[in-house]
Amino acid sequence: MVHVSAAPVLALRGVSKRFGAVQALTDVELEIHSGEVVALVGDNGAGKSTLVKTIAGVHPIDDGVIEWNGKPVAIGKPHDAQNLGIATVYQDLALCDNIDVVGNLFLGRELKRRGVLDEVEMERRARELLTTLSIRIPSVRIPIASLSGGQRQTVAIARSMLGEPKLVILDEPTAALGVEQTAQVLDLVERLRERGHAVILISHNMADVKAVADKVAVLRLGRNNGVFNVKDTSQEEIISAITGATDNAVTRRAARTGEAGK
Amino acid sequence: MSTEHHTSAEEVAQLANPSAPADAIPAVDPRLLVREQGLSGYLSEFGRKMKAGDLGSVPVVIGLIVICGIFQGLNANFLSPENLTNIAITMVATGMMAVGIIFVLLLGEIDLSVGSVSGVSGALFAVMAVTHGVNQWVAILAAIAAGALIGAIHGFFFARIGAPAFAVTLSGLLFWSGAMLQILGSNGTINIDPDGPVGQLTTYFFTDVAAGYGLAAIAVIGYFLASFLDNRRREAAGVPSRPVSEIALRTGLLAVFTFGPAAVFNQYKGLPLAVVLFVLVLVGTDFLLRRTSFGRSIFALGGSVEASRRAGINVTGIRITVFAIAGTFAAVGGLFWASKIAAANQSAGAGDLLMNVIAAAVIGGTSLFGGRGRTWNALLGVMVITSIQYGLALQGIATPIQYMITGAVLLATVVIDSVTRKTQKTAGRA
Repeated sequence: MVHVSAAPVLALRGVSKRFGAVQALTDVELEIHSGEVVALVGDNGAGKSTLVKTIAGVHPIDDGVIEWNGKPVAIGKPHDAQNLGIATVYQDLALCDNIDVVGNLFLGRELKRRGVLDEVEMERRARELLTTLSIRIPSVRIPIASLSGGQRQTVAIARSMLGEPKLVILDEPTAALGVEQTAQVLDLVERLRERGHAVILISHNMADVKAVADKVAVLRLGRNNGVFNVKDTSQEEIISAITGATDNAVTRRAARTGEAGK
Repeated sequence: MSTEHHTSAEEVAQLANPSAPADAIPAVDPRLLVREQGLSGYLSEFGRKMKAGDLGSVPVVIGLIVICGIFQGLNANFLSPENLTNIAITMVATGMMAVGIIFVLLLGEIDLSVGSVSGVSGALFAVMAVTHGVNQWVAILAAIAAGALIGAIHGFFFARIGAPAFAVTLSGLLFWSGAMLQILGSNGTINIDPDGPVGQLTTYFFTDVAAGYGLAAIAVIGYFLASFLDNRRREAAGVPSRPVSEIALRTGLLAVFTFGPAAVFNQYKGLPLAVVLFVLVLVGTDFLLRRTSFGRSIFALGGSVEASRRAGINVTGIRITVFAIAGTFAAVGGLFWASKIAAANQSAGAGDLLMNVIAAAVIGGTSLFGGRGRTWNALLGVMVITSIQYGLALQGIATPIQYMITGAVLLATVVIDSVTRKTQKTAGRA
């Protein structure tokens, strides 16, 4: 079922990130193995998006180490992350409405034949890819504008799969989707896991997290607030970690004196 | 009840049967409204597209037929081979500039300087070739290169500095018309050599009847072969292909629209060189836009700049190149203009030229909102604009009225474009 390899595909060790006077991330730890879906949850402003952007190379980290397959790597720009095999699907999908599905899948890496776009081969590969991922869309030759929100999301995810990435980061893939469309996207996440990809899933929706994630990493105010195994954790426990019900005057005081003592 | 059960059992059996090849990879999703085979399929798809606001070229073609009908009714000379040939030659100058501006419109931007740049190009050519006696071909190349450079400068200020394109090119509008007056100097008007390459642009005809028909035949056969071979590859790769009937129908339509004009031209002086060059430019730019990565990037930028950037497209480079292309075609248009009036003068590139260029692009179906259009739109649009001008001129209607009518036509087109966009949004076809 869940295949866990020896070294994690990606490991964050004590990662910190500051924006001016704001300490967005403090000593964050995260491990993810191939064939594993890790849900990253937390309240607004908990640092989920910042963390994802550090992994994707949008914001380089200030402190800490990022390990890729057990070796420390420097991710300074989006290109570095892509070269390692990290694909990110952002919340705003970054698709062109006026271009058809095939064109969007291959945007920026079109296949060419004697210098001319090879539409036939691109269409064939697009259909192959969508079939492998069991993505059903009406036709690969209609513009993105004609697709539903869920279908656009699946196209965006499929697009990230073209480079055969080892790690796929999905930023709120089910936000603003209907019931059935959400189910389609969750099915797709499971298929990514079956194919041995590591998946980081950011979500506000506990039902989705419980449905597909193997582990849940909770962030609160830019710090780790627990990593749970989904199977043996109740939804209430996760929610209390997110909202900070475990966070009280005593733990805050302990944290303060601990920092002062450093 | 029992029948229902029976059906589902059958379906299960069919699904379980691995030898059922049709279910392996469905060619098209059943939810997609696909065209049925044959003529009725075409008609039903056509109706569906109209309802969804996917009007395409239909309003323009109808408009053109109405315009021709009205003017023919007013003056029987309107549809004469002579008048049609004159319209075809005159439209090339505006059409060339419209091709350039379509590239800019595809980005969702605008270039207001094309008129002035065309004036600079004509003046530069005339001063170099006539006043300074430079080789005419060198002067042509210099004029076109100047247009490209001017466009690239506009592009630089827009793409690199981040100034709004309309403001940059509005500055260019004034700056380059000043530059043109400066280049022309005190002479005001410089007559060009009517037998030189520029002079011949609008006056040369392939008088041999075979030229027009031969070119039409090459176009039709070439189109048919290209479609046929593409279809063979599609079938081999197992992706949906066009039915042969569709290829035949399209080829037939193309034959009507190539042999028809060829016959008209041959009844007067023959096939005009200007028209041949214009068609070559249209074929070339259409290929560039729809069959190369560069063209795909232009459409992507018109759809979503952010998506293009994330896809690794060189946004700045593409933008500068597109403005350089617009400048290049403005310069080419300027040379055709100089050829038409056999001179470079102070009024070149002024008046309603800019409006006509933009109107031609938009009337032809290029969206002002970016990401939608083809360079062939320039042909349709410029035919409408030039027909109106010639028709009104035949009636002896003065310039003020012509301006007002052209302005109204442009407004109508922009309204159609905006409404189309809205309908397409609601029909999910933006």
